[in-house]
Amino acid sequence: MSLIYAFSVSALMGVGIYLMLSRHLMRMLFGVVILSTAANLLIFVSGGLQAVAPPIIQGDMNILGETAANPLPQALILTAIVIGFALVAFAAALVLKAYGTIGSVFTDDQNDAERLGSPFYEEGPRNG
Amino acid sequence: MVDFIRETIILWPVAIPLAAAAFAAALSGRHGLQRVVTLGAVIMTFAASLLLLSIVLSEGMVAKEFGGWRAPFGIVFMADSFSAAMVTIANLLALCAIIFAQTELRPRQIEAGFHPLFQGLMVGVNGAFLTGDIFNLYVWFEVMLITTLGLITLDRTRAQIDGAIKYAILNLISTILFLMAIGLLYGATGTLNMSDLARVLPETQASAALTISAMMFLVAFGIKSGFFPMFFWLPSSYHTASIIVSAVFAGLLTKVGIYALFRVFTLLFDIDDGAYKPLMAFFAAGTMIFGVFGAAVQWDVRRILSFHIISQIGYIMLGLAVATPLALAGAVFYIFHHIIVKANLFFIAGAIWRATGTFDLRQCGGLIKQSPYLTLLFAIPALSLAGIPPLSGFWAKFMMIDASFRGDAGWLAAVALFVGLLTIFSMSKIWLEAFWKNPPRPIHYRPVPVTVTVPIVTLCIITLTIGFAPDALVRFSQRAATDMADRQAFIALFFDDTDIAEVNQ
Repeated sequence: MSLIYAFSVSALMGVGIYLMLSRHLMRMLFGVVILSTAANLLIFVSGGLQAVAPPIIQGDMNILGETAANPLPQALILTAIVIGFALVAFAAALVLKAYGTIGSVFTDDQNDAERLGSPFYEEGPRNG
Repeated sequence: MVDFIRETIILWPVAIPLAAAAFAAALSGRHGLQRVVTLGAVIMTFAASLLLLSIVLSEGMVAKEFGGWRAPFGIVFMADSFSAAMVTIANLLALCAIIFAQTELRPRQIEAGFHPLFQGLMVGVNGAFLTGDIFNLYVWFEVMLITTLGLITLDRTRAQIDGAIKYAILNLISTILFLMAIGLLYGATGTLNMSDLARVLPETQASAALTISAMMFLVAFGIKSGFFPMFFWLPSSYHTASIIVSAVFAGLLTKVGIYALFRVFTLLFDIDDGAYKPLMAFFAAGTMIFGVFGAAVQWDVRRILSFHIISQIGYIMLGLAVATPLALAGAVFYIFHHIIVKANLFFIAGAIWRATGTFDLRQCGGLIKQSPYLTLLFAIPALSLAGIPPLSGFWAKFMMIDASFRGDAGWLAAVALFVGLLTIFSMSKIWLEAFWKNPPRPIHYRPVPVTVTVPIVTLCIITLTIGFAPDALVRFSQRAATDMADRQAFIALFFDDTDIAEVNQ
């Protein structure tokens, strides 16, 4: 079963990297989302994946049973999903703002930062 | 009370800014109160970090296990002399930045959330320095990332949005790689506690997963700290932020990446093992050379300085490329010197803007007549950055180059010397254009307020002190380098012999 997961991780990573190579900001953002999904899946697989019982301590016991899954990778992934969600939400807002301010979602048109003090432009746009 | 503070001292550098961030957010709209909260918080955090440093120096390493969970199950904080000193210097810089911000911060920037975001950044930085758990380190990196994005886009100008996008995308890739590296490491070892990893990893059989994990750590932290083929986000975003923010970023952020790299490759992975050293040497040389060449063509003061951050990072990397105790001590010395000097240069760029109204070197000039004191204050960190004796940069470069020659890496020493020469070129360019030449158009000079000069003078005095009396810091760096590489001490912090025996049974 690990092999299936390994292939899906590599497929997701390929898709993510392909999207990130685009010049379109939204595609880059989708690439980040897919890449972070691949990372989460990778933690799942490398944490040891088996068809076992959920990690719940039974009523009459003090510790997890022998057949229970390892709860730590699940906790790690939950944390990573929450953090990733916040960052992607922020990045989406940033892309929207960039579209509103610069008027384009293509990286070719976004060179305002590059122009500041560049020898190829007489005078950069005002900043600050 | 005193006992309580001593016992929990390692938590305060994170707890105080966290509380201050909450207060500052709750007080949004009331600028006076926010200012009091932030100023109070940075002073208290600095005091707490000084106390932490003194305790670590007198009593050895400090550690704390959270929630009654014993290591390796719970999250731990730990501080050796290296991390305690990093926390101290980071909070000294935060204090300087907040003093600088008193007059330089515009009401719009405060409304955009400067105070809570700044405190949030300090939470992330201090947490990253103090944590003893590799996944927890990832969380602190994310805290830093989200607050830095807010800080870059304080003014929401076109350039800032553009810079923030580049910063966001490339740093997101870095954190994803970091997360994958953690996943693979956990898969191979079954633990996330750094002390436990230091104990388990030497006994773990080498595998492809471990090697890939180490490489991913290298690339992830390499992006964070701005290594040669991966530094492009840095010079395209740092210069767009407001100058207070730029100064703090320049001083701290890349150094957190470097700190994490040193931790991972001294405590977890063995730097002498495999192909790490030649790889580090390649990164170090490339970072030094390309950073300094990138700076040569630029005209914006902040951009020149941003490119110089990269070339200086290369010098610090020499520490891991040579990896003798001497080189590690040199790297620690270099980090301290660099944080002080680089942040100071950004503060001076802010003062230049204050006086002339522009960051573009082509348009400013004549400052030597207008404010000779500022000229003198610029000369100290600029010459120190270039490594002119007797300033701090000379000793830092001397230690690195000496260590390279002794560590059979003469070519790295040659690159370092060559890059030092080019650094003088960039610094003299700023000197000639901003201070020496007559301005192309008449400039209406404005006075530089005292809150701007206070942090600059403070940092200049520290630079001079290190320069004229490097002894204490050299000895401290040697101790920090020894502590950093002492795995047994980290293991003994949480596990005594009986624990290990129990696990082995």
